[in-house]
Amino acid sequence: MSDNADVIVIDARGRRCPLPILDLARRIGDVPVGSLLTVEADDPAALPDVQAWCRMRAHEYVGVSVASDGTPAYTVRRLH
Amino acid sequence: MPAYLDAASGAPLHPVARAALAAALDDGWADPARLYGAGRRARLLLDAARETVAGVLGARPDEISFIANGTQALHAAVLGTLAGNRRAGSVLVHSAVEHSAVLHAAGADGVSVPVDALGRVDPATFVAAASAPGVAAAALQAANHEVGTRQPVAAVASVLEGVPLVVDATQTVGHAPVPAGWSVLAADARMWGGPTLGVFAVRTGTRWRSPFPEDDREAGRVPGVPDVLSVVAAAAALRAVSAEQEEIGERHAALADRIRAVVAATVPDVEVVGDPTERLPHIVTFSCLYVDGEALLSRLDQRGFAVSSGSSCTSSTLEPSHVLVAMGAMTSGNIRVSLNRDTTADEVDEFLAVLPSVVAEVRAELGADGL
Repeated sequence: MSDNADVIVIDARGRRCPLPILDLARRIGDVPVGSLLTVEADDPAALPDVQAWCRMRAHEYVGVSVASDGTPAYTVRRLH
Repeated sequence: MPAYLDAASGAPLHPVARAALAAALDDGWADPARLYGAGRRARLLLDAARETVAGVLGARPDEISFIANGTQALHAAVLGTLAGNRRAGSVLVHSAVEHSAVLHAAGADGVSVPVDALGRVDPATFVAAASAPGVAAAALQAANHEVGTRQPVAAVASVLEGVPLVVDATQTVGHAPVPAGWSVLAADARMWGGPTLGVFAVRTGTRWRSPFPEDDREAGRVPGVPDVLSVVAAAAALRAVSAEQEEIGERHAALADRIRAVVAATVPDVEVVGDPTERLPHIVTFSCLYVDGEALLSRLDQRGFAVSSGSSCTSSTLEPSHVLVAMGAMTSGNIRVSLNRDTTADEVDEFLAVLPSVVAEVRAELGADGL
């Protein structure tokens, strides 16, 4: 997923919960409906929080990959 | 009016425990193993207290041991059961939402059984995992300490064969009946209004070997002189809360239902966590989107409300609660409200009245409005 040049990637390294999902919420409007948005976050709470955010905001949680420095990268798809 | 809404971290001392403790200071200070008068008086108090605790837990007095605190009771329960069943293997099978004391005692050989979104294991999956080769013991809590969800202990115990079942009842004892079928049980007197004291029971016939250096106290299960004063106070409190358990449980369940409903209706973007019905009566947990748990705790504290949180920013390790993660629940802005025996409906209503504005303040500070 990180190979896809069209994906907007947010750097949330060092940002603690709930900041990574706030970053996600602020940028979701920047991608067209149906497109992907990725947040790279080293906060251990990021995975459940990104999934919960997708659930509550009715977007799709696509999955997690690993950035080149080993940081987890969570990708979501804007659905509306 | 300040309100203590964190009974699951420890209830204030029950008035009966306070009175029993005062009396025990006079008669229970001596070493109960000594044969002179003062020692015999301490022994009588210890024996009577052990009998009381055994009666409430559904155990025999000689199955009960006292230890310093609830965490150590869980350690002794798990480590002793593993040690006694080394021939079968070294693995402890446990639910993913057990108390960290159980997970730490299980060590690298622990095998975790996942839970559903309500925090419950599937009995058949749990039994299958516990029946695998190399399993020395299984551990399943009576109910969860963070979200209150009850586990199907009796259903698991009725079909589990040949593997001892360690049951963490630390949040349950004093608040709800203890489920049947345990081989080793752990309880925590702080949760029922006693002093800091751990209790564990080893069912007769269960293979359990002390993880401690050899010592003849407490039937060889816990080294050193037992804390007779705390044991007496804890037993008195347990007898008192058992007598009022049903009535208080009903009151707590109604208050918890109200909290669940009002929080969901008045706080935007909130998830109430845990089973709505199969749960302990006194624990309610919810998570708020775009909220920093630490900021929420401190603002509630400023307004006089003591609650706790499983959010990562409130833990010393900065790790989110493994319970919430295992359930797939949101960890940010997490609050656990736990009711004490003297929690009033007014206190709950005041908490519910301030909560929406406190959450809104934290969100505004984070610039989360409109997101």
